[in-house]
Amino acid sequence: MTSADDGAPLLRVRGVRKAFGDNVVLDGIDLDVRAHQVIALIGASGSGKSTLLRTINLLEEVDDGDIWLDGQDICDPRVDANAVRARMGMVFQSYNLFGHLRVLENVALAQRLVHKVARPEAEAKALAMLERVGLADKARSFPDELSGGQQQRVAIARALVSSPRLLLLDEVTSALDPELVGEVLDLLTELRGEGFTMLIATHEMAFARDVADEVCFLHHGRIHEQGPAAQVLTEPREARTREFLRRMLPR
Amino acid sequence: MSDMRARAEGWQPSARQRERDAIRRRAARRSTLTAFASTVVVTAVVVLAVVNTPGWPRVRKAFLDWDVAVASLPKVLEGLWLNVRVLVVASVVIFFFALLLAICRTLRGPVFFPLRAAATAYVDLFRGLPLLLVLLVVGFGIPGLRIPGMTTSPVVLGGLAIVLTYSAYVAEVFRAGIESVHPSQVAAARSLGLTRAQATRHVVLPQAVRRVVPPLLNDLVALSKDSGLISILGAYDAIRAAQVVTSQHANFTPYIVAGFLFILLTIPLTRFTDAFARRSGWLGAQAGIAGGGALR
Repeated sequence: MTSADDGAPLLRVRGVRKAFGDNVVLDGIDLDVRAHQVIALIGASGSGKSTLLRTINLLEEVDDGDIWLDGQDICDPRVDANAVRARMGMVFQSYNLFGHLRVLENVALAQRLVHKVARPEAEAKALAMLERVGLADKARSFPDELSGGQQQRVAIARALVSSPRLLLLDEVTSALDPELVGEVLDLLTELRGEGFTMLIATHEMAFARDVADEVCFLHHGRIHEQGPAAQVLTEPREARTREFLRRMLPR
Repeated sequence: MSDMRARAEGWQPSARQRERDAIRRRAARRSTLTAFASTVVVTAVVVLAVVNTPGWPRVRKAFLDWDVAVASLPKVLEGLWLNVRVLVVASVVIFFFALLLAICRTLRGPVFFPLRAAATAYVDLFRGLPLLLVLLVVGFGIPGLRIPGMTTSPVVLGGLAIVLTYSAYVAEVFRAGIESVHPSQVAAARSLGLTRAQATRHVVLPQAVRRVVPPLLNDLVALSKDSGLISILGAYDAIRAAQVVTSQHANFTPYIVAGFLFILLTIPLTRFTDAFARRSGWLGAQAGIAGGGALR
């Protein structure tokens, strides 16, 4: 599905380390994400999945190690962090929509402020993106008038509207009622079909198996096992992965 | 967990990371220097601009006479002590009266309508009336009634006027705090069998008061200065003392001294406000997220 040898990876993570006080959350992470590849990060709460996504988005400063996006060293203090972030889309567990703005304005905000698109054009793009996630009829609503699944689809539209090189998805279904999980996962499956590059922290093992090209198992800030989704999830090589999966999967 | 600690201790930053840290340190040093230089320049420009005005020598003599300042200091300080006492007593009374008003305003149910209406009317009235007007009406009107046994002390009456006005404001701060506590908190308390009053006392109010501490301390700072308004009733506070010394020396320096002392009084209060706000997590949502405040 993806060729391993089409040049440099879109995202290259090497030896990334991050501690909060004594608590080492990332302890030497190496990871490559190639264009159009979908990688799922699995692991227990506190294993470092979210922190890894946040360091890639420069929401956290690494203590050590390197991250390259399109060959650019983005950990360099002289790099404009906002310009780097503008090339990625991040979607959060609890949506983090701006409650004081209408759905359309949520999606159009970064277009106007960061990408300097004029308001009519930004809102036209935003509306098209809402159409894409099936929520054009909610454009004039406020976020809290929507269901959790709809809010998360708006959040995905907000991330997508700037045509990001890479989508970072942080347990985007964990805050949703079970019957609403499907609509979000379906949308992500469609995005994969459209060739979006995604790094997905998730607790949805079935989804990881169906959508991800590769699965990474994190434990105490290290990647213990990485490989094709079907192999890692059904025939894990590492004992720790096996134990984690035994607790996660329905017996 | 133990092997994690060992790895944490064994970690040495890479050459690349040391280079990044050095770049950050240089940038920090540069911005400190820039800030220092711009402060010096701005201060110099302002001082030179004021000192070179045509009237500066006369103003300097009338407002910044060192000998008059020294002479007035003991009297102004003595007056300030009255301000401090009024501040302490008034703030305690205001706290409880305002809390009572706020609770009355948030009571639900038709039984409490009279209380709710009275509290609402009170707040509307005293938030609308200028403090100066309340001071004059209370300070001169109440003694004018010639009620037997009623005090005519300007300090007590002035303090009363301040309490009446400030309680209305502070009650609204408390009400905002009470209404910011999510209804699910009351639901949880009631589900445990607590009465409505118990839920208010033990669950809602502690969270409400904690949340509004910064605005409350802000009102306390304002109160510390407005305590000087009792001087218009003749109370011998810092401002009144400055006024007396000013007329004796035909020099305005005592007012500057009083102003300086009020600033000295409020600076610790404002710093305490900031520190308290930080400690009690007034950063709000950021407090829970690791590194949430460190975005570059």
